[in-house]
Amino acid sequence: MSRLQVVSGKGGTGKTTVAAALALALATEGKRTLLVEVEGRQGIAQLFETEALPYEERKIAVAPGGGEVYALAIDAERALLDYLQMFYKLGSAGRALKKLGAIDFATTIAPGVRDVLLTGKACEAVRRREKHGGHTYDHVVMDAPPTGRITRFLNVNDEVAGLARIGPIHNQAQAVMRVLKSSETAVHLVTLLEEMPVQETADGIAELRDAELPVGRVVVNMVRPHVLDEAAVRAASGDHREAIARTLASAGVTGGTTLVEPLLDQAAEHARRVELERAQRAVLDGVGVPSFELPFLGDGADIAGLYRLAKELRRQGVGDA
Amino acid sequence: MTEKATEGLDTAPGPDDGGMTSGSSGRDTAADPNGPDAAPGSSGLDAVPVLRLDPLIDDLGTRIIVCCGAGGVGKTTTAAALGVRAAERGRRVVVLTIDPARRLAQSMGIDSLDNTPRKVAGIKGSDGGELHAMMLDMKRTFDEIVEAHADPERARAILENPFYQSLSAGFAGTQEYMAMEKLGQLRARDEWDLIVVDTPPSRSALDFLDAPKRLGSFLDGKFIKLLMAPAKVGGRAGMKFLNVGMSMMTGTLGKLLGGQFLKDVQTFVAAMDTMFGGFRTRADATYRLLQAPGTAFLVVATPERDALREAAYFVERLAAEGMPLAGLVLNRVHGSGAARLSAERARAAAENLDEGRIVDQRGGKTGRSGSPTTESEPSDLATAAATPVPEAAPTAEPAQETDADDVDVRHLTAGLLHLHAERMRVLAREQRTRDRFTALHPEVAVTEVAALPGDVHDLAGLRAIGDRLTTGGRPSA
Repeated sequence: MSRLQVVSGKGGTGKTTVAAALALALATEGKRTLLVEVEGRQGIAQLFETEALPYEERKIAVAPGGGEVYALAIDAERALLDYLQMFYKLGSAGRALKKLGAIDFATTIAPGVRDVLLTGKACEAVRRREKHGGHTYDHVVMDAPPTGRITRFLNVNDEVAGLARIGPIHNQAQAVMRVLKSSETAVHLVTLLEEMPVQETADGIAELRDAELPVGRVVVNMVRPHVLDEAAVRAASGDHREAIARTLASAGVTGGTTLVEPLLDQAAEHARRVELERAQRAVLDGVGVPSFELPFLGDGADIAGLYRLAKELRRQGVGDA
Repeated sequence: MTEKATEGLDTAPGPDDGGMTSGSSGRDTAADPNGPDAAPGSSGLDAVPVLRLDPLIDDLGTRIIVCCGAGGVGKTTTAAALGVRAAERGRRVVVLTIDPARRLAQSMGIDSLDNTPRKVAGIKGSDGGELHAMMLDMKRTFDEIVEAHADPERARAILENPFYQSLSAGFAGTQEYMAMEKLGQLRARDEWDLIVVDTPPSRSALDFLDAPKRLGSFLDGKFIKLLMAPAKVGGRAGMKFLNVGMSMMTGTLGKLLGGQFLKDVQTFVAAMDTMFGGFRTRADATYRLLQAPGTAFLVVATPERDALREAAYFVERLAAEGMPLAGLVLNRVHGSGAARLSAERARAAAENLDEGRIVDQRGGKTGRSGSPTTESEPSDLATAAATPVPEAAPTAEPAQETDADDVDVRHLTAGLLHLHAERMRVLAREQRTRDRFTALHPEVAVTEVAALPGDVHDLAGLRAIGDRLTTGGRPSA
């Protein structure tokens, strides 16, 4: 699997959860992964029920088989100051720049600089090596901006390389672009089996392809089990009401007769959903990108749920050589 | 309970977020002996004030409704549905959407939303109501401002500047700023008596309120003045220090960004010089407009932890800014007409049926041997429901085995019960999430919108959402 895994998706599809589960899955069996957050939402900290992440790589979870997941919330301003410090030894001058609003300018106003720093930091972690020569992290997983902005976010380095035609930012932008457009990177899009997210996913894939960014997988999230389908419900809503009521009673459910209607209503709703999901699955099939499927977590995405999703990802081939 | 209620709702990324509740959130359902009485709907939110949206949209004093909230919670759909409803109740409405899904635009009969309000056809109602809809094109909006406030030659210089082109096409914050700008413009035109706007899909709730100020302070700031007129500043003896700082700074930035880039910025800034005051003034005016009594904020969320955390943040932030909150729209809420049957009892009964412990009075078991498919299915069903594995083959076949009627009924009933157990789990989780929000903000009025099985495609769909929005009640199924 690619060493940089970028996870995007429409808002509300659970991309932070999927990114975290992927980092866990990739860390399984003694690997080390870095889970990176770029939007300053502290979603990772909330997910792992830990305190807010500082601008520093720290271990937040262990994976089955002795693996480790580190996490980092990248802060563009700090990244820029670090960068200036590293290349220009700007100690107090950096602070002076900050006072003047120049850092603020560079990280929030100047087009793209912020995104260059964020992607640059992630790429630095991908390339980083230990003294003995091995990579510090086997994989870096990025909880990236949503589908609507992902191509622009990843491609910003191209734009910046054009704007800042010389200088270290230019060079950095080009170096980042080389990583992002190589097979070292895979961009995954998380979706639900609903119309809007599926449409946005299809559009997002087209955009990524146009920009020559490597599309990884579609991750179909929150898939519910198909307990009953249309045919079953049709059969049920026919003349079986009495039989169902009897069966309910025999199974120990009292007052079955008044429950039959609402239960059948729920079943009909479920069946409609199954139909819709089938249609959306067909749309996704048409996109021609392999997919992972993750189950709906009835109790919400908590730590136990994360481990379950990670296991599911392993089962579907994540971590295979 | 207090601890639990606040868990995860800390809105600032503070260090105190729920470390102590580790492992406790949301995993107790399976073991939770919640009898029928513990079913969602019987506790918590009943004490919460109900948000009545019809009086809000009928009130001619309401001039602006802002729908805000996390991404993917249905802000735009809510805005569109309210627009349709208000128009059909006699208001002259314009809906300003920032980034609608294509289908949603089509649902209002508009194929390309293009930065100009277009009349939506098919609005019913006899009170002279009208609906217009537009989608924000941030570059176009920025261009228009430039064209309106600069002479043609200067305007061209700005529009052709590479820095401007990147800035206007979308650095983080332009969209938010331009949304505010457009809102101000629409309000100033006074053609509509109600503007419904949704907020940009920002990385966080913060951006919508902060970005205009940020841009304003940048445009007015020391830094830009230095960039703009180094000679002027340096000419004054007392400013020598600044000049030194300035050259060091431009030197550094030049090194970092490349000299040409900095030159582009300086050219841009010089060309924009005369317009800066206007930007700031208008941003401030729009900001004040949002605080005015004719404005109502609707915070939109779904009963999910992240969405409600964001909603709680918004509620607090609006209060801090003195902006009027109307209430919370809770989308995609699940309900059940059979809520008195608990998840545990439903699952236990279903398992009884799956395991064949219950022999149907009519001896339905006989049907099984004849059917090759039914042999393994009950357990498949049970597995599928207990650990939802997506690849599990759709368990469609048994129902079609009409000759095994009784088995089918048993099978079907087990399916109904599994489905119900799952539904009740979802209800319980939604209730817990909402209880946390309510504990923090018991004063916030709430309206609930039942989960729809599909997406909205047309005005009828938006009307249906409008109905659900304004009945304010808990969905029953």
